[in-house]
Amino acid sequence: MKFKSLAIAAAIAVGGAALTSGPAFAQAKDQYIPVLSYRTGAYAPNGTPWANGYVDYLKFVNAKGGLNGVKIVWEECDTQYDTAKGVECYERLKGKYGGASLVQTLSTGITFAVTEKAPQDKIPIITAGYGRSDSQDGTVFPWNFPLAGHYWVAADVLVQHIAKQEGGWDKLKGKKIALVYHDSPYGKEPIPMLQERAKMHGFEVQLLPVTHPGVEQKATWLQIRQNRPDYVFLWGWGVMNSVALKEAVATGYPRDKMYGVWWAAAEPDVKDVGEGAKGYHGLAMQHGAHPNAKITKDILEAVHGKGQGTGPKEEVGSVLYMRGAMSAMLGIEGIKRAQERYGKGKVMTGEQVRWGLENLALDQKKLEALGFNEVMRPVSTSCVDHMGPAYARIHTWDGSKWAFTSDWYQADESVLKPMVKASAAKYAAEKKITPRSPADCQA
Amino acid sequence: MLYRENGQFKTSYRADLQIFPIAQDRIAIVALLAVAFVVVPLVADQYYLRAILIPFLILSLAALGLNVLVGYCGQISLGTGAFMAVGAYAAYNFFIRVDGMPMLAAVLLGGLCATAVGVVFGIPSLRIKGLYLAVATLAAQFFVDWAFLRITWFTNDAPSGSVGVRNLSVFGLPIESPVQKYLFTLTVVVVFALLVKNLVRSAIGREWMAIRDMDVAAAVIGIRPVYAKLTAFAVSSFVVGVAGALWGFIYLGSWEPAAFSIDRSFQLLFMIIIGGLGSIMGSFFGAAFIVLLPIFLDQALPALGTAVGLRLDTAFVSHVTIMIFGALIVFFLIVEPHGIARLWSTGKEKLRLWPFPH
Repeated sequence: MKFKSLAIAAAIAVGGAALTSGPAFAQAKDQYIPVLSYRTGAYAPNGTPWANGYVDYLKFVNAKGGLNGVKIVWEECDTQYDTAKGVECYERLKGKYGGASLVQTLSTGITFAVTEKAPQDKIPIITAGYGRSDSQDGTVFPWNFPLAGHYWVAADVLVQHIAKQEGGWDKLKGKKIALVYHDSPYGKEPIPMLQERAKMHGFEVQLLPVTHPGVEQKATWLQIRQNRPDYVFLWGWGVMNSVALKEAVATGYPRDKMYGVWWAAAEPDVKDVGEGAKGYHGLAMQHGAHPNAKITKDILEAVHGKGQGTGPKEEVGSVLYMRGAMSAMLGIEGIKRAQERYGKGKVMTGEQVRWGLENLALDQKKLEALGFNEVMRPVSTSCVDHMGPAYARIHTWDGSKWAFTSDWYQADESVLKPMVKASAAKYAAEKKITPRSPADCQA
Repeated sequence: MLYRENGQFKTSYRADLQIFPIAQDRIAIVALLAVAFVVVPLVADQYYLRAILIPFLILSLAALGLNVLVGYCGQISLGTGAFMAVGAYAAYNFFIRVDGMPMLAAVLLGGLCATAVGVVFGIPSLRIKGLYLAVATLAAQFFVDWAFLRITWFTNDAPSGSVGVRNLSVFGLPIESPVQKYLFTLTVVVVFALLVKNLVRSAIGREWMAIRDMDVAAAVIGIRPVYAKLTAFAVSSFVVGVAGALWGFIYLGSWEPAAFSIDRSFQLLFMIIIGGLGSIMGSFFGAAFIVLLPIFLDQALPALGTAVGLRLDTAFVSHVTIMIFGALIVFFLIVEPHGIARLWSTGKEKLRLWPFPH
């Protein structure tokens, strides 16, 4: 009996606590950013450093006085990389603190779902380095921002690099490239670009899907061992990456012929494999691992130095940490740009932030002032182009760290632009959206 | 005292056979529907409608469909996610490919396609029972998963495999805002619950229950197992297919095959086991438990943490939610193996005697 009354009392206490702690009052003094992350589940090893970098950068901005005096407030929600849970997190967080000013979903699947909802909610979605490739077309996707790069850029740059290695585009004829990809919208995104390039240059693309969570890859790598492709592109996430590398070691596929996209080339993927992954190349979207960059040192001093660090100190400067910090920085710069037009020192609404993100002009000088000099190349957006000039380079794992092994590449606009336009037009026709005219853009 | 039937005499068979013979029950149901249709849209904020009530309603519809098959007919099925996927993708294809197809028609046609698939995968049930049938329906789950990933015609050749719908409307009324979506879903769920309740009270329902209880005896007294089992699969798959179409169209808006994976099948099976097999109310209780409890814990635990002065990070909250959820499932199955619906009917029985203890 005592247990029963104790249980009932506890239930009432918890229920009361949950009901009374609703969202805080809309404090119009603070800029609210919801953080959709995953710190649990099969993708946690890669999602956690990204989230730490993201939150640390927000703390850093607050430590330096906020956005012209406006403090940032954020709240995290664990999506576990599941679309339904991600949608629930988005719905839960978007209305708090007076409304979200932007959202970054960190999952292509969740991006697809939230793309349907964001236009009504008037919240811009930043998908720095992931999301829909055709959302680069700002006339059809006014609320999506694949800043700094997307998967068609990645596929194109990888093929360009391979062509350079081989000694010219004509040398690609007859070669075989296998794409080992995560069987989800994320993994399937690069396929159209690879097939387009294959048509253009006469190489063969072999598609090898791996089901979530990607632990079962023996069959895939035995197939690779049989077919002996010249190159393997890895489009994995979470544990799939380290399993792929271990299987490559087991089947004897040379790791220096493997190229991972920027989400498949980070420390969590190679640390377990260590020396076995030596020579594995990764695509670095703008940045790689930067333990010595100015921003790394600044964050260590201002945030970790005061004991406010979200994750371990050793993580600061690692690849995914930098991506989180860079993604946060792009969002913050979008808000600052909006403030330049709508009022410095004021809290920006989602619509105003959207304008700011559409008119980003981060040149090298600005990046240097922010501390991202060696980390990034300039990013500038416009109404029709929500991505900007996307730069990428190759970095290679030498057994203990990532080191850059190539020059800067950019996607070939003559191939990319028509594909983006065609795909966006198809989406617009299917969903019966009228694309914005350039005249609308100034609004 | 409150729940007595004294003085409620029925003067016609029709009155005697109604779903809620006790007047207090009828009043309660009318009040509940009034609250659901009128009060909730006025009072609830967007988040509660979009992220809590709509998924709860859609999944309770799916649980209702599964309960017909597992609870009333006794055929274990682990392929519910597959039938939801068939409903969703079929509805999508009808909606996209046929010009001017109304959404409601697309959803119902999606349900009919799910019926066809359900009957095909129900044919093994005529020869195998129990755990072996569960494995056969598991095959359905994996086959359908594979089909929607590899056969690009189903996803309108979308390169990413993700499909989405927009601009939904029913009889000219737009279904865009959370309130409209909620009312539409609620209407569909209420209509289907009424249909299923009447089906299980009728001759076909009794055939299903006879097959469930003792299929050999049922065959002896003249119930055709083929007819009973396949109609159970058909009705169940129709309801589950409609639920799947609603899940994709109304809740997610844009989905990929992973939305209807094996985890969804397990989730629905757990819903009806905990809610109560063979009970319409049980489907709703189970859906409420499985859908709402994790969300509630996700919000209550940080609140509890701040009340005690601790700042809990999201990973910790996620893990503790899963642990508490699992522990509660075990607790419920020990306390009441027949599900929450049995607890509810026991409560009603005691209410009939209250306050007299005899």
